[in-house]
Amino acid sequence: MRSDNAEAERDNTSAERSTSTRCFLQAATMLSKREKDLIKEIWERLTPVAAEIGADALLRMFASYPGTKTYFSHLDISPNSSHLLAHGKKIVLAIAEGAQDISQLTVTLAPLQTLHAYQLRIDPRNFKLLSHSMLVSLACYLGDEFTPVAHAAMDKYLSAFAAVLAEKYR
Amino acid sequence: MVAWTDFERVTIKDIFSKIDYEVVGPAAISRCLIVYPWTQRYFAGFGNLYNAAAITSNPKVAAHGKVVMQGLEKAVKNMDNIKATFTELSTLHSEKLQVDPDNFMLLGDCLAIVVAAQLGKDFSPEVHAAFQKFLAVVVSSLRRQYY
Repeated sequence: MRSDNAEAERDNTSAERSTSTRCFLQAATMLSKREKDLIKEIWERLTPVAAEIGADALLRMFASYPGTKTYFSHLDISPNSSHLLAHGKKIVLAIAEGAQDISQLTVTLAPLQTLHAYQLRIDPRNFKLLSHSMLVSLACYLGDEFTPVAHAAMDKYLSAFAAVLAEKYR
Repeated sequence: MVAWTDFERVTIKDIFSKIDYEVVGPAAISRCLIVYPWTQRYFAGFGNLYNAAAITSNPKVAAHGKVVMQGLEKAVKNMDNIKATFTELSTLHSEKLQVDPDNFMLLGDCLAIVVAAQLGKDFSPEVHAAFQKFLAVVVSSLRRQYY
């Protein structure tokens, strides 16, 4: 575990924006107001079924990309397990919270950034895998309502979310 | 040689028997062009790709979607030799069309999402995983002739 001193030093010396921040800023500014409203509206609608959607996305990811299971040896990730539902809910609620004000994503996600960088240390390549699995869950749940425009907006948002999450990694 | 389980074989054939090629093919291609707009670079001759509505109603895009589905059907019928089935197509995409092979999975992902929207709950995590594996094998075969 990195010391607090090391973290402070890194923050103070990173005068230049990291690539991931640049990507996030680009992604966030490339979201039109209409897209941001659409994203916010979809996640508001899904908040009541957060556990169901989150667990579904995780199960898809575990089935399609078995390497991702290695991060969950401490949980019971069988279908319908309470661990899976609780964890899925946590993830969806975090995504939904970020969607409330996308321009503030770095602020909203600050604690999660620290968690992922210093404790969880999930290889950020896996974020793409969960994002894709999440999009498939949304498609199954929303059907035709998950229009190409909504899909594009959501893909951009999840990319931005992942970029911010990985920001403190190095 | 790809090792397919019985479940995977049955599932892939089942998916392809359930989906409407005329709908899924065009929907997948147009989604790819909308969600990943840089892929439009390969379709300069297709006319109006200016916005989502134009892409979705573009007849050349729709026609190409059907061509893609017919190609995938060949793979479904030859699951034990997808590599050989796509040798010519791989050469075509590499030498003539000059498509960056990293783009293949973008279309694959869009196809997964379109099929998911069509099949809903029937597209369970296990069925979905079988489909992703099929797509990975197809993409790998299409990459083979690049050098």
